[in-house]
Amino acid sequence: MKPAAFDYLRPSTVEEACQYLQEYGEEGKLIAGGQSLVPILNMRLSTPECLIDISGLEELKYIREEGDWLHIGALTRQRDVERSALVREKTPLLAEALPYIGHMQTRNRGTFGGSLVHADPTAEIPLSLLALQAAVVIQSVEETREVNVEDFFITYLTTDLMPNEMLREVKIPIGSIPKGYSFQEYSRKHGDFALVSAACVLDVDEQERITSVRLTLGGVDAVPVLARDVEGLILGEKLTDSLLLEASRAAAADVDPEGDLHASREYRLHLAQVFAARVLETAYHRAVLGKGSAT
Amino acid sequence: MQVKREERYSLRLQVNGKRYEEQVEPRKLLSDFLREDCGLTGTHVGCEHGVCGACTVLVDGRAVRSCLVLAIQAEGADITTVEGLAKDGKPHPLQEAFAEFHALQCGFCTPGILMSSVEFLQTHADPGKEEIADMLSGHLCRCTGYKGIVEAVQQLADRRKEGEERESGDPVSICSRTTPTV
Repeated sequence: MKPAAFDYLRPSTVEEACQYLQEYGEEGKLIAGGQSLVPILNMRLSTPECLIDISGLEELKYIREEGDWLHIGALTRQRDVERSALVREKTPLLAEALPYIGHMQTRNRGTFGGSLVHADPTAEIPLSLLALQAAVVIQSVEETREVNVEDFFITYLTTDLMPNEMLREVKIPIGSIPKGYSFQEYSRKHGDFALVSAACVLDVDEQERITSVRLTLGGVDAVPVLARDVEGLILGEKLTDSLLLEASRAAAADVDPEGDLHASREYRLHLAQVFAARVLETAYHRAVLGKGSAT
Repeated sequence: MQVKREERYSLRLQVNGKRYEEQVEPRKLLSDFLREDCGLTGTHVGCEHGVCGACTVLVDGRAVRSCLVLAIQAEGADITTVEGLAKDGKPHPLQEAFAEFHALQCGFCTPGILMSSVEFLQTHADPGKEEIADMLSGHLCRCTGYKGIVEAVQQLADRRKEGEERESGDPVSICSRTTPTV
């Protein structure tokens, strides 16, 4: 198996990469870690005229804290995010999600931003960033703009990025870090695409009543889904067994999965409810424990 | 830097401590480069889309699938393949452990598993069976059922912990570069 022939461009700065994108438009395709793109090229599912290799742009490889934001450069390797002490401290949800991505051998090469712009609906990074209310910084020759992750995903493998734009960095708000978090997913074998994945961040007050919650589900629609009805049900409440059941049912009612050869629609709906309940419960317990240790 | 599809690019990199400069098409995969241009056929090519793990090599000290890297992307890199493990005709301790614990049968998947295990042992001082299994989940082996492989890796980690290998130096330190951190 060989990729179809392509012209190869290697810019040495982000500005140069943007100029190439402007010049080549839809004919040009960015390659970073290549862990999703190269299989597609090898199988000739895509035959771009031109590859623009940005994997060497060191200026987009960083993890840093600035004020109330954690900034992660688009070309930071997934493995470096996974092993970052700063990420573990500031966004433990992300640290919990990363080991689920492919395998150590693909995380060594795959980039944080690459997973986001590939926009596979089962992918872990998009799901976590949706829960964390992150934003992305997008650059082109013309402008630099910011988009909330909530508005970034359009449909399967399609994002708000225009052909002349590239992702520069991800910004995660860390001003008030919720004590409760959980990421869990189900796949037949570790490293496979998830059948269903779920992420949750949640906080409680001194009386163990829920003060904030965001629950997201992956693998159940064309894009990662924010379960909006959950918040109204459980905000201001303690998480009892009956409330947990009600909330997880509400979460699963928000999604519209398709069946495929890996799992039927019914099975995915079932998993969505089960995993919504699991991440809610785990996040709640962690939030309560976190509150306990803080006082 | 621009290379047209019909052009050959003069690619320089280092494999197992030896410098190579070869003329490559932009579309050539690193796995094919190692086998065809460097003549290092120990790196096996299985699925060619990143699932089986047979083609795993170390690029600047990190285990990656060489079928998912374009050779041209590895310009200037320091690469270690399975041929780089043995020193002076003596097998690497990990290779000896694989023989001892029957960690291979047909041997097709073995080069990739060895390279992942080398990086794994460098980054895990005291790995548990679960961690070893997690590392191996990126590799398909259809002969062994993995038991022997897990035991071989575990055994080497245990021996290293006990310091038995002191006389022969650190057995898993073979890379000139250490894993970079952000």
